Amino acid sequence: MNTTKKLTSALAIVAAAGLTTAAWADPDDDNLVINEEIEIVTETAAPAHMENVDTIYSGWRFRSDETQAVQMDDFDNPAMIFVEAAAEAWNAADGSEGKSCSSCHNDVESLKGVRAVYPKWNEAAGEVRTLEAQINDCRETRMGAEKWKYTGGSMAAMVGLISSVSRGMPVNVAIDGPAQSTWEKGKEIYYTRFGQLELSCANCHEDSYGMMIRADHLSQGQINGFPTYRLKNTKLNTVHARFKGCVRDTRAETFKPGSPEFVALELYVASRGNGLSVEGPSVRN
Amino acid sequence: MELTRRNMLVISSGTALTAALGALPAFASMTDDEIAKITGGADTAEGAITLTAPEIAENGNTVPIEVAAPGATMVALFADGNPTPKVATIKFGPLNPTNAASTRIRLAGTQNVVAIAQMEDGTFQKASANVKVTIGGCGG
Amino acid sequence: MASGVKPRVKVPKKAAAGETITIKTLISHKMESGQRKNDDGSIIPRSIINRFTADFNGQNIIDITLEPAISTNPYFQFDSLVPEAGEFTFKWYDDDGSVYEESKSITVG
Repeated sequence: MNTTKKLTSALAIVAAAGLTTAAWADPDDDNLVINEEIEIVTETAAPAHMENVDTIYSGWRFRSDETQAVQMDDFDNPAMIFVEAAAEAWNAADGSEGKSCSSCHNDVESLKGVRAVYPKWNEAAGEVRTLEAQINDCRETRMGAEKWKYTGGSMAAMVGLISSVSRGMPVNVAIDGPAQSTWEKGKEIYYTRFGQLELSCANCHEDSYGMMIRADHLSQGQINGFPTYRLKNTKLNTVHARFKGCVRDTRAETFKPGSPEFVALELYVASRGNGLSVEGPSVRN
Repeated sequence: MELTRRNMLVISSGTALTAALGALPAFASMTDDEIAKITGGADTAEGAITLTAPEIAENGNTVPIEVAAPGATMVALFADGNPTPKVATIKFGPLNPTNAASTRIRLAGTQNVVAIAQMEDGTFQKASANVKVTIGGCGG
Repeated sequence: MASGVKPRVKVPKKAAAGETITIKTLISHKMESGQRKNDDGSIIPRSIINRFTADFNGQNIIDITLEPAISTNPYFQFDSLVPEAGEFTFKWYDDDGSVYEESKSITVG
């Protein structure tokens, strides 16, 4: 039947077009400038400690043009809804001491550069602290307020606010000195296969970035863009919530957000992005 | 005639639309029903309006689309694979110089997005775009 | 009023008389579709913004009927003529009867 034939060839064309588009391989060549103002380094030489990768790329480079565009203007970026809410929380007194974030830190701009160096060794505590842990320490110790849930909405939004003022600055976490043992522990976790699928972080994000895992374009798993607004759940997602999702997908019992294992992993993964710009709050699929 | 993907292609091709509707109204899709409510069964021409949508959407939750309908008073948007096909109805006021709009929509899966515009002279224009919605490998 | 709803509008502060400008709007809203189910299997009731309008000095620019297929945090971008100085008014109509309003003034010269 004539119509059938026509339809079949039409379908073949559609299928072929689909294949060409789906045959993504490497990161694309797009350039990220936010608000026509903040230049973001999304590709640079890998830090010296990385043995198997020459060039590091922001996850932004692995997304479609449509998803990329959403992050290029703060008005278009829905993450900013949460950042605005956090800016209100920044000035709102909470807890027994009657203090807000601004009572000690004044404007959030005073924390410019902070996101870029966390996780960071805390001498007094004798441990590596994530930004989330530091925020909760402030809340408990200085404000007399309740801790926020580590991966909760208030926490993700506050980390997003603090990240936003460091956008464009290079990630530069310290991996030597007192942080070194934590960093090494994180590195060990990164290369350890977990779960029934026996996958390590490296299997996907070092050995196979640029390839498709089903319909997902695998990135290097960089965390310079966190917290990230994901189209799939339309909210801000924290680093540890993402780690948890990844480990769960290997069909493993995951570590807990805020656990020493995830803190160590965050330090190690952050250090793999040393040299990329702080990008959070970013937009991903 | 079952409503297969193949038949949807027949229905969505402009010339076959009226034929399909005329011959087999009982089997018309929900989208066709909605379109008929607007057009009253009148012919829809193509070419005067444009619908821009990604070929592949990374997530069906948030798919950016743009419709440009110069000379239209109203555009209705449909997603023919959604549980309810209506997406939005846009009326352009006297101060609108371009009769274009962008928004973000939800698509339940790979399907056609269809725009039906009512023009100032009362005729109807149609534009459609097939969007493949990917299902990610990593739920995260 | 649904919680956490906040309209945002981006409009230039100044334009030439007769100029075409681009307007962006975003309102934080869950846009609960009425299609999703709770853990206990019951349907989560629909709760969406069902209409959005933009006017300038009383004249309409755009009037949109929204269905549940519009994404969380509804976003619209469109153009407007600016015949003279004046005020843009934007209204979002919630299923629960609330109307959220925002206005922006623009100068001409």
